[in-house]
Amino acid sequence: MHISEGILSAPVLLTGVILTAGGVSLGLKKMDYERIPEVAVLTSAFFVASLIHVPIGPSSAHLVLNGLMGLLLGWIAFPAILVGLALQALLFQFGGLTSLCVNAFNMAFPAVVSFYLFRLFNRKYNRYTLIFSGFLCGVIGILGSAFLVALSLVTTGEAFLTAAKLIVIAHLPVMIIEGGITAAAVVSLNKVRPELLTRKVKI
Amino acid sequence: MHLEEFAEGKSLIHSLDPRIKLLSLFPFIVVVAIAKGLTVPFIALMVGVNLVLFSRLNLKAVLTRLFPVNLFILFLWFMLPFSVKGEGIFTIGPLTATSEGIFYALTITLKANAIVLSTIALIGTIPIFRLVHALRHLKVPEKLVNLFFFCYRYISVLHEDYSALYNAMKVRAFKPATNVHTYRSYAYLIGMLVVRSYDHSEKIYQAMLCRGFRGRFPLLDHFTGLTRKDFVFFIFMIFVAACLVTLEVGKYFWRLP
Repeated sequence: MHISEGILSAPVLLTGVILTAGGVSLGLKKMDYERIPEVAVLTSAFFVASLIHVPIGPSSAHLVLNGLMGLLLGWIAFPAILVGLALQALLFQFGGLTSLCVNAFNMAFPAVVSFYLFRLFNRKYNRYTLIFSGFLCGVIGILGSAFLVALSLVTTGEAFLTAAKLIVIAHLPVMIIEGGITAAAVVSLNKVRPELLTRKVKI
Repeated sequence: MHLEEFAEGKSLIHSLDPRIKLLSLFPFIVVVAIAKGLTVPFIALMVGVNLVLFSRLNLKAVLTRLFPVNLFILFLWFMLPFSVKGEGIFTIGPLTATSEGIFYALTITLKANAIVLSTIALIGTIPIFRLVHALRHLKVPEKLVNLFFFCYRYISVLHEDYSALYNAMKVRAFKPATNVHTYRSYAYLIGMLVVRSYDHSEKIYQAMLCRGFRGRFPLLDHFTGLTRKDFVFFIFMIFVAACLVTLEVGKYFWRLP
């Protein structure tokens, strides 16, 4: 879901920089110094998890997990995702430096949305609300990102319309699987370390 | 996982000051990223190739790095020639490929590879600790830089955790396939990774507090003053970027592609 270098137009890149700068500064404000190690190590965990390829029929897809990241981190997902993507761009050349901010916004904004959704559904929580809202967060993470990627491409040029449509369609099966995986991961977190899900996160 | 593949080496580019490398890279990649047509992207690609050659990197490793970039672009090559309006060249079924579309796809290919090559040559050749240090000198927010450094540092630790967990699954005859069992197992694996990351971070934070950490890394290896070759390189890269801007603006006069 990374957009490579050299594709997007100047206005799209600039919009990405402004939006991401806003999100990141808000996220950094909410992240106290004591939380830096926690957020950083969690980000490395998601960096490693995004290297996992899950089979889908004859092909495979790698996990994104921005929904799960969002529901654990809230607005701090912005700096965390920016850092993760910067490392991916520098270490593996996935995505790119000039498109970094656009990619970060495309993934971090749905993450923040899933944070609020998850809180909304789990004021009083039980197993079923956890499964349902976990699934929803996984779906929103992927679907939202796919739509934002498509939007970035189409606002760059009408010529990308077919490519953008294909990207959204290709992510529909991925979205279901991420939803399922996010739901199961939330349930397992609730069993092993429930305080991670229920503690008060500064909004 | 070997992450700083290009950071070691002895070359002109390796010996430059990291701050200078960052400052001279950014104007260049911004100009290339927003350029149109073929002239500027082509020259930029030549600059990128030369930067890689000057930093005497393992060319095979560099080519491997170009692969993921060009995979996404290959996907665009199947779309763009047919979706840009213009003069038709050939038709496949109901689709007509236009020369404008092919030029557009070529522009993107040149631009992406130019940016990636120059990024590898100029940022890939900085060891991460010095990169982080340089970012602080360039006024990137401290929390963000610390986050970046810690995250980088713990990727290999978490990767070891992941390998251990995954090996434990394999020992129990786990075979990934398209079924609920596979997805649930991966989900539990991810859940355990998250839990372990919290455990690690608590220990790390306590260990750092014990050693008097106050949000700053004391350094012995400070940047020394800039040398003449740093200035020469900086001026050269700014000159290149300025030339590219001139070409980009002037190409309508000179009728360049």
